[in-house]
Amino acid sequence: MSELSVNHLLGIKYLNKKDITLIFETADHFKEVINRSIKKVPTLRDTTIANIFFENSTRTRLSFELAEKRLSADVVNFSAGQSSVKKGETLIDTVNNILSMKVDLVVMRHPNPGAGIFLSKHVKAAIVNAGDGAHEHPTQALLDSYSIREKLGDVAGKNIVIVGDILHSRVALSNIFALKLQGANVKVCGPKTLIPKHIESLGVSVETNLRKALEWCDVANMLRVQHERMDISYFPSIREYTQQFGVNKQLLNSLDKEIVIMHPGPINRGVEITSDVADSDQSIILHQVENGVAIRMAVLYLLASKIQ
Amino acid sequence: MSQKVLLTSKEINIILHRLACQLLENHLDFTNTALIGIQPRGVFLAERLAKILKQEYKIKDIALGFLDITFFRDDFGRGEILKANSTKMNFLVEDKKVVFIDDVLYTGRSIRAALTAIQSFGRPQSIELLTLIDRRFSRHLPIQPNYRGRQVDAINDEKVKVMWEENDGEDMVYLVSK
Repeated sequence: MSELSVNHLLGIKYLNKKDITLIFETADHFKEVINRSIKKVPTLRDTTIANIFFENSTRTRLSFELAEKRLSADVVNFSAGQSSVKKGETLIDTVNNILSMKVDLVVMRHPNPGAGIFLSKHVKAAIVNAGDGAHEHPTQALLDSYSIREKLGDVAGKNIVIVGDILHSRVALSNIFALKLQGANVKVCGPKTLIPKHIESLGVSVETNLRKALEWCDVANMLRVQHERMDISYFPSIREYTQQFGVNKQLLNSLDKEIVIMHPGPINRGVEITSDVADSDQSIILHQVENGVAIRMAVLYLLASKIQ
Repeated sequence: MSQKVLLTSKEINIILHRLACQLLENHLDFTNTALIGIQPRGVFLAERLAKILKQEYKIKDIALGFLDITFFRDDFGRGEILKANSTKMNFLVEDKKVVFIDDVLYTGRSIRAALTAIQSFGRPQSIELLTLIDRRFSRHLPIQPNYRGRQVDAINDEKVKVMWEENDGEDMVYLVSK
């Protein structure tokens, strides 16, 4: 009843609806905790958590670290840039070395899809995937759904469009799994070159006209164009991308309803979203960041309680 | 499994009134007092006492809060996974006289956790403990109630079950033995 069905959080794909409900209910309590004047609880004082980041991150890493500290866990941080990975050490060796220093939980970001799954099969620790290549970013999807639930009351039955670079986005994939699991209707919208073939098999529909997509939706989740993952050119120019798939205030005002705007960050202001939209009342971007800490506390709490 | 009635609804009602009067004796008009029900089961008792104090003794404002202790317990990862309850504290306890309210005092560990948890809401002037059932001889920690409804000698296999009308359909206290 009050236990996750999994021992690791590798992706939303491995969760069921009850898990998501449990995570959200637990996050509600942590949200109350982090809004107290003393934002800390002693629950994980016996637990040591390693944050292993083989890829850059600001928000996610900070959010995980804050979540860990507010649960009173001991935290060690590791980034690949300054480590023996550069000297040729393998992933399993790196992690096992860290684990022999008595670490209970590993939060990992890695550029290769499936890195977390691989690790969970070879090392003895609970693994939390903080993003693996273009595969999944489960805590982001959880905090996105949690923010929608907070804003609109429920996720079920809502129309949600994910706009932008779907092809390279782990946020998109995890969001699709999470939203479908909770009974939302999901559309993806972007240039055809940035929408994976056969994405309909995940139960989502494709729309290449942004205005039509926005007219249909209750919530638009705007994604960043991931230039760093693009080895070829997927669209003629950023200017053209912005004209077709960028959201601005004028476009939103011309719709007959007020939709909710989300963005997982980092924002490229003026590309996928203009500043007046990002900073408007319609945008819940900063709520997403706040909720991220509560969601990560819930995930860490629920996974840590399964260790031993 | 057999169960024995420890307190009937009539007895509970009498005890609640006595406890309310004992609180009155020490706290008079409750201006600087906060009643705090320990989640999940202490909440019903706290609400009942607040209701009696308001309706029958005409106390106007009572600071009533509910405190969840799940994240402050000392048995995390040792047994079953604990599901949290909500904390509702819309006041600070800084310099207040706090009364913790719980239905059964058994090992004292919940109260130990509550003593830590309350620190997040300020530094109280004093903390007292009120409990409906005090299970004697079963304490793991040096914690005793200031106000007790009924003292019970129960062995460790036995369980004291407190039922509240608003939640369980009747006011009753049972001693359940396996």
